[in-house]
This record gives sequence, C-alpha cells and structure tokens, in this order.
Amino acid sequence: MDFERINEKLSILADAAKYDVSCSSSGSKRENKNKGLGNSSGMGICHSYTEDGRCVSLLKILLTNHCIFDCAYCVTRKSNDIKRAAFKVQEVVDLTINFYRRNYIEGLFLSSGIFKNADYTMERLIAVAKKLREEENFNGYIHLKSIPGASDELMREAGLYADRLSVNIEIPTDKGLKLLAPEKNRKDFIKPMEKVKNEIIQYKNEKKLLKKVPIYAPAGQSTQMIVGASGESDAEIMYTSAYFYKSFNLKRVYYSGYVPISYDTRLPSIGSAVPLLRENRLYQTDWLLRFYGFDVRELLNKDFPNLEADIDPKLSWALRNLDQFPIDINRADMRMLLRVPGFGTKSVHKIMQARRYRKLNWENLKSIGASLNRAKYFITCNSRIFEGKDRTPAQLKGLILNESNSKFRKELSTQLNLFDVPNNLSA
Amino acid sequence: MKTTLIYDGSFEGFLSSVFHVYEYNLDDVSIIKKENALVSLFGTEKVIDSDSHRAKRVWNGLSKKISTSGKRKLYKAFLSEILGIEDSMLHYIRYALSSSENVERDFSNRHILEIEKTVKKVNREKHRMDAFVRFRLTTDGIYFATIAPDFNVLPLNATHFKKRYADQNWLIYDLKRKYGIYYDLKNVKTVQLEISEAINTQKEAPNFFTLEEIQFQKLWGNYFKNSNIASRKNMRLHIKHIPKRYWKYLTEKNF
Repeated sequence: MDFERINEKLSILADAAKYDVSCSSSGSKRENKNKGLGNSSGMGICHSYTEDGRCVSLLKILLTNHCIFDCAYCVTRKSNDIKRAAFKVQEVVDLTINFYRRNYIEGLFLSSGIFKNADYTMERLIAVAKKLREEENFNGYIHLKSIPGASDELMREAGLYADRLSVNIEIPTDKGLKLLAPEKNRKDFIKPMEKVKNEIIQYKNEKKLLKKVPIYAPAGQSTQMIVGASGESDAEIMYTSAYFYKSFNLKRVYYSGYVPISYDTRLPSIGSAVPLLRENRLYQTDWLLRFYGFDVRELLNKDFPNLEADIDPKLSWALRNLDQFPIDINRADMRMLLRVPGFGTKSVHKIMQARRYRKLNWENLKSIGASLNRAKYFITCNSRIFEGKDRTPAQLKGLILNESNSKFRKELSTQLNLFDVPNNLSA
Repeated sequence: MKTTLIYDGSFEGFLSSVFHVYEYNLDDVSIIKKENALVSLFGTEKVIDSDSHRAKRVWNGLSKKISTSGKRKLYKAFLSEILGIEDSMLHYIRYALSSSENVERDFSNRHILEIEKTVKKVNREKHRMDAFVRFRLTTDGIYFATIAPDFNVLPLNATHFKKRYADQNWLIYDLKRKYGIYYDLKNVKTVQLEISEAINTQKEAPNFFTLEEIQFQKLWGNYFKNSNIASRKNMRLHIKHIPKRYWKYLTEKNF
C-alpha cells in the first residue's frame, strides 16, 4: 500500500464526506458466522467524537469527489476549485478492514460524487460492499448512498450487501431545488428510495413464509435535509419530513445546519453562523413526531410556520393549548403524559409503573427522576399544590425562561436582539 | 458487637463470606476485601477462606428468589470495586432471601436502588471499553490494547470482542489491575504479563509494532482530523462524550 498517497486521498475524501450527518451503526442484524470478521447484531457504538461533538462510528468517505453536477450548496460541485481524488475499490476495502480490526470503527459509510452517470457510480459503490462481504467475510456495518437515478436492478443488489441505504434529498422544497440544483430532479431522488422501500416490504413478507431469504438492508433507509440554505420555513421542512417518514418508511431524517462553503449569492455567505439552534429545534420536533404521538399539523401550521427559538416545541405547543392542562398525573393516559413539557418517554414509563403502587405526589415524582422544571406548571398530583395556578401563557413562558439556563443562551440573546419577533428564525 | 469479615477479593471469596454470615447467624456484620481492611479497635475480625462449594450454595440458593438478571446485577455491582459495595450486596441478598416474593425491582429499598445505580455505572464503563479499546498489531501478529478502566469491567467485555474479532488473535490488558484477556482463535483466557512501560511511548513503538501498524495509526489520526467541522466546534460536548481520562488510550487523540 502506498501510504503517502492514500493519506492524501483520505484527507480530501473524508473532508468532503463530513457534511453527511448520519453516523448511526445500530439497528442491523448481521451476526458473525463461520469465524468471520465483525458483528453488527446489537447496538451501535460511537468509537470516538470529533471536536464538534459528533459521533465517529463509521469510516465516512467519498469514493470520489469528481462530480458532473453543480449543486450550489455542495462542496464537491463541478465548478468548485478544489483538489479532486478518487479511491480504488481495493483501497477502500483495505482501509475499512484495517480500521475495523483495530476497533476504530463499526463499519463503512460510503458515498460518492457522481462521475459519468448514476448507474456507473452506483456500480462502484456496490463493488466495494460486495468485496467486503464476499471476499473479506466482513459482518460490520455498511451504509451506502443510493445515487439519485440509479436503476432498480442496482438498488436491489445494493440492499443485499448494505445494512442501510440513504438518498439525501438535501433541499426540502421544489422551488429551492430549482434554484440551487437546477440539473437535479426530485423524481430521481425518489426512484431509488421507492425501490428500496418495496424490496424491504417484499423481504419482510417472504421472511414470514420462507426460512432462508437473503437479508435486505436490515437497518432500513434514511435521508438528510440541509437547513437554512434555501430560505425555507420550519413548516416546509417538517412537512417534507413527515411525508418521507410516511411514504417511504424511513428510519431517520437528518437535519444538517448549512455550513457556508461558497460565495454564491444564492446562499448564506461564508462566515455566517451555522444555524445550530434551529437544527436542534427541528430534531426536537422530529422526536415529537416519532416517539410522542404528535401530528406535524399540531406543531407547525399556517398560523405558526416557524418554531420558537427560545423554548422547545413541546412547551410551545402546550402554551398554545393550555385548555388541555393541567392533567392529573395519577389518572392521565399515556398519550397525554407524553405531551407534558419536560417529560421524556422514560419518565412517562416510570410514572405509569410507579402509580400502580401508590398515588404519586411531588416528592414521589422527584425521586422517580422526572424533570419537573417545566412539567410542574402543567400537572396536578396527589397534593393540594398546583404550580400552574391560573397564569396566562405569556406569564408561564416568562417564569420558565427565568428559571432555565439554556445552553444556547448566547445565541439566543443575539438572535433576540436582531429580530423583534421571536418566532422568526429563518433569516 | 460488630464483626468484620475479610476475604481475598474474589467473587467466590465474597460469596463464601455470605455463607459465613448465615452459618453463624451474624447480624452486625461487614464484609471487606483484604487490601481495604484496616485494623479496627473495636469489634472482631475474621479472615474468610474462599470455598467454591460454599460459594456455589449461596449462588444457587439465590436462584430461588431472584432472576438470572438479578444475579448478574449482583456480579456487576461486585466488579465496581466501590468501597463498601459488599455491604450493600449483603443487604440485597438478605432482603431477597428473606422475602417470599422477588424483590429485585423494589427500588424503594435503599440497597436495591444502590445496586441498581452501581450497575448502571458499570455498564456505562463496559460500553466505553467496547468503544475506546484501540488495538495495535504487534510484530508477533497479536492485536494488542491496554486499558485502565474505572471499574473491573474486562470480564464483561470478553464476549463482545470474541464475537467481533473471531478471526484474529487479540489481547486486552488492564494496566491498573495487572491482568488481561487473550483470545487464541478458540477461547478467551485470563493472562498475567510483565508489560514494559515503554510499550505506550511513541519512541519505543517500532520495537513492538509493525511498520504498517504505525502507518495505519497515522491514517486514522488524519481521518479523525479531517472529519471534524471546524465551524461547529463544541469542546464542551466533545469532552462530555470522551472525558479526558480516556484520551490516553485513543490513537486519534495522540497525534
């Protein structure tokens, strides 16, 4: 191996791949058989964390950063004057195996710029995965990018070797896509996603009838959207997200705050801040949709197109729907418990367990470990004290903000100075 | 009068001490490791010998009252090596044996809660070792790693590494407790070695490791550097995820 050259390529192609946020390595079921290498049957492992606080679980690289497209938001766009490089299939295989053997990583996340055409690129990605599985007997985690426009046959093959497949839709709205990536077509993104979805359904059906069906993308599909590149509203992002969860059974949608990388006037200029707080609020909303039984229309709608910056989306919803509170912690159903600001799924489970033995009071709730800072204004329990009293939403919000200490305080104070209307983040 | 039972530090020794407690019907009693024992002015001391037969009787007896996972929790709490954990374990065992129902989820009991919390800490450390072990390929073809975990979690890590690295020889050595686990392509064995301090220094590395090994470390260090997004720097979060005491094992943090 020519380590000098590989090192150079690795620098370029890791740097270009880092804007893809997904690094999950869980949810697969590929056990080590016949004394092979690797096992990805259980939970994911974060082997390290970069200084930006993100998990390093997979070797995340591009096969090449040569690309025929010129999408404005992308570092590897054709017109960008950067160093280009390409790995050979065998080089990626060697890197993956040697990193894995040293316990650096859980597996490989392979993406690529599009060279020649979609199918040609997809074939190369599949070649890497196939080699790892068949020649190296590798059972670690493999995440492949589905290249927009790739043929159904190739997507079928990809799922046989990969644990997860993903297509990044990147720009949430059609008008944004037209503006920033005019050569790309929404249909091309959807085609491979649709195929993978159908294959997964088919796999599950066959599995019910037959004992031995080759496993197909056991960790499912995911996608990613860039936040803050095309002037979209939070509602537009989350409605798109909800649509993709529903129509394609996605495991995850990732939101990536746009990191300015271009002097293109269609985009936020270099040096402007990454919208970290907004990204955080979107993830909170995403969790509310997936684990807390909220419908996206409750959280974002015509009257309320953007999330509030200074409070989390659940609290924001509760303040707009005070008529549904307070709820009695000893009687409320799970659906309502999950809607109490400050309660997570774990607290809710603990409360439901504990209240079978006794009627819970404030003391009990505290010892269970439920967070009451926000919750106490929205619940009653086995006690005469009700903290919410008859305060208005604005009073409650003021009280809660006074008592809390947000890690985003610094950003919040500048943002609140810049804009008079707190419900406007998408500048 | 308070009795202190001193045992050899093994799990078997601890269980033998529990047997002794029941045999002599002791009430005011404390169980402590030999290395932690202090000469006390008041009370009596008794050195307990490990006895596998007696240990087994206690261990099997527990099965009638608590589940396998409850027993495993006791073992994990033991591995925490926290001073005084033996007494919480003894309370746990006594409570379990004297109750007609399974009490392992009765968290209103102080000792059960204490064991539960300790197990959580031990599990977290075990998971960290699954993540932070960094193998280096030695000149004799063994993937070698050193660790010094807060708790004695190595016995818990064995299965994970055995399943994962079924086709390579590996050795993980606990520098703090001076023993390691070695996998010889068939079984995992406990080993004790003389390990030179120099093995973890950059200068001496070429004497122990292959040239290729050092190249791969460089590649990994380089990858780590390049996958960071500088404009999102967040050291507080970084350190929360990898506390500084673990940095010494991490290849990527030593470049």
